[in-house]
Amino acid sequence: MAILKPILYILVYPGLIFLMVYSTFCEWFDRKLYARMQNRIGPLHTGRSGILQPVADIIKLFAKEDIVPEKADKHMFSALPVFALAIICTTALYLPLWHYSEAPSFISFPGDLIVVAYLLTLPTLIYFLAGWHSNNYFSAIGGVRVLTMLFGYEIPLLLALLSPAVLADSWRILEIARFFQDKPLLMLVNLIGFFIAVIALQAKLERVPFDIPHAETEIVGGQLTEYSGKKLAFFRLLGDIEMVVGAGLIAAVFMGGFPGGLLPGLAWFILKTLFIIFLLAAMRAATSRIRIDQMINFSWRWLAPLAVLQLFIVIIIKGMVS
Amino acid sequence: MEFKVSLGPQHPALHEAVSLRMTLEGEIIRDADLKLGYSHRGIEKLAEERTFTQNIYLTERICGICSHSHTTCFVQGVEQLMELIPARRGLYIRTLIAELERVHSHLLWLGVAGQEAGFESFFMYTWRDREVVMDILDWITGNRVHYAMNTFGGVRRDIDELQKKKILDSLDLLTKRTEYYLKIGANEPTFVGRLAGVGKLSREDAIALCAVGPTLRASGVPMDVRKDDPYAVYNEIPFEVCTADSCDVLGRAVVRVKELIQSYKMIEFLLKNLPDGPFKVKAPRKVKPNEVYSRYEAPRGENVHYIKSNGSDKPERLKVRAPTLANYTATIKMLKNGFIADIPLIFAAIDPCICCAERLVQLDNPRSGESKVLSFSQLRTMANDHYKKVNLLKKEAVWPF
Repeated sequence: MAILKPILYILVYPGLIFLMVYSTFCEWFDRKLYARMQNRIGPLHTGRSGILQPVADIIKLFAKEDIVPEKADKHMFSALPVFALAIICTTALYLPLWHYSEAPSFISFPGDLIVVAYLLTLPTLIYFLAGWHSNNYFSAIGGVRVLTMLFGYEIPLLLALLSPAVLADSWRILEIARFFQDKPLLMLVNLIGFFIAVIALQAKLERVPFDIPHAETEIVGGQLTEYSGKKLAFFRLLGDIEMVVGAGLIAAVFMGGFPGGLLPGLAWFILKTLFIIFLLAAMRAATSRIRIDQMINFSWRWLAPLAVLQLFIVIIIKGMVS
Repeated sequence: MEFKVSLGPQHPALHEAVSLRMTLEGEIIRDADLKLGYSHRGIEKLAEERTFTQNIYLTERICGICSHSHTTCFVQGVEQLMELIPARRGLYIRTLIAELERVHSHLLWLGVAGQEAGFESFFMYTWRDREVVMDILDWITGNRVHYAMNTFGGVRRDIDELQKKKILDSLDLLTKRTEYYLKIGANEPTFVGRLAGVGKLSREDAIALCAVGPTLRASGVPMDVRKDDPYAVYNEIPFEVCTADSCDVLGRAVVRVKELIQSYKMIEFLLKNLPDGPFKVKAPRKVKPNEVYSRYEAPRGENVHYIKSNGSDKPERLKVRAPTLANYTATIKMLKNGFIADIPLIFAAIDPCICCAERLVQLDNPRSGESKVLSFSQLRTMANDHYKKVNLLKKEAVWPF
């Protein structure tokens, strides 16, 4: 039985199966919201209100011809999508969902916030490598843009995640969540940090206004130009799961996590992640894509100083509270 | 480190086949070139084998957006050749359709600008409102794209009171929407950030490179055929020539939005002052030998038709210069020293209609002065020979990094 629980945890909930199902639902939710904000209807035909459309898209991609360009690095080109998906599914395990032990375990331990932040950076690196090894001009430009953007948003995101950790006096996501569950009012202290984290997450997910690496009117598919079929489906899934994990991390760190055991925890998880996805969709609908230089300027002129300011506020508040 | 990238002929930003060859240094364009000739339809040659009346409907098919522009330009020229004075009511309706077409073309352009800048919501909203004007055109002409309204001596259909009322009602909605877009275009920081200062074309360059239409007017040159050389009833309608001084893509967008508002006023004026009487007069079939140069301010800029008649019912020669062709040289100038991210915006800012501007040119030998005629099969052989010379696989090509 002791071994069964981790297996269940990895495979079913909140591991692979749950992630696949929930991430496709989130993609549908995002697409539908985005469509409604643009005065469109959005997916409609597959399943009830088009709820199965993301699944259908992925099945379609899996059925397509799988092309590896002649000039590309064949091993890297094929291995990268699998690696990326594996890494992001691993990251999902660190979200304090249902099974989290009081004592440190491989899933929850002091310092897992840093591990999650680190693991969330890896898909970006994989995007860059995918672009580079495609051996295509557009992919290479896209790949370089991915890395350039990483330097823009990663520091503000880390600083933003730091402030609740400082306030809760812990690097463990579970403990940060529990701290805010006990003192919900203190969540308001981190409001600036929350918005910085949401903006940085938008940049990490490469969505408008930060879809610079795969801006289709400029560089076609960006780093994924050469990808097709199964491999592209992997990257699609990666994007969806990254959205869920990113939203889940922000919900756990800034919004008090998912208390109350299995079912209430699941309900909180869905509610909070959908709220963050709503913010992401609204941002996507209200803005236009910016240039890479504008993005870096914006991150260092606004996001990073604001994140530092947030840290100062947290330190002052902490001095007042304790 | 410089490297060369070719955008197109197939590229998501380009709606038609054209190849933009860029020499890039990182994200910055150091040199740009345009390669044309991916599509050719032989309309000019075809026009020589059709009668004048048939040619009205042929010229309509030069362009899908400014279809009325090309027919009006052609019809005006032929009317001049025929020495025919068209019916006044017909001219009013012709001008009305022309302005409605300008509205739908500019709304379409606004959407395209939004899409190229990655602002999809703007694209969706403008195209939704474009449907209003498309419906008006459908309602009064019977067609959404090729209106087939023009004929020699006037127009083919009349407008009744009910239609007038419906158009006036829709205008209120369109005016309100357009003012909203002007507000968004001038205030949404990400959108303004993408458009402002992009694709600079100074006043002197715009004049020297013979830019036309909104591209020229956005560089502060108040040049508009409707004002400078009025045709149809433009000398009777009050309107302003809209210009901007910013000389960039934002200026071109502002000029187009301002022109939209002017067009709404003109449509209202035309409808309220529609004269009574016949909407067309009878035109002769044959045309005396002569030649004419007809100008028209299409939504994209000055459109020019040169028509030569030889006394029969068919033109001897029809030469069309679409506005896009006049803007190409300015585009190259605008692209240089810009960012890769700005390529689609700068190129879209001239509102390119590539198929309208493509021609096949065979120059006479300038030294010996000898000319030759190429048949279709010869052209095909030439194309095949060209592609045999080009090694499409390029296995020996070196990766430049």
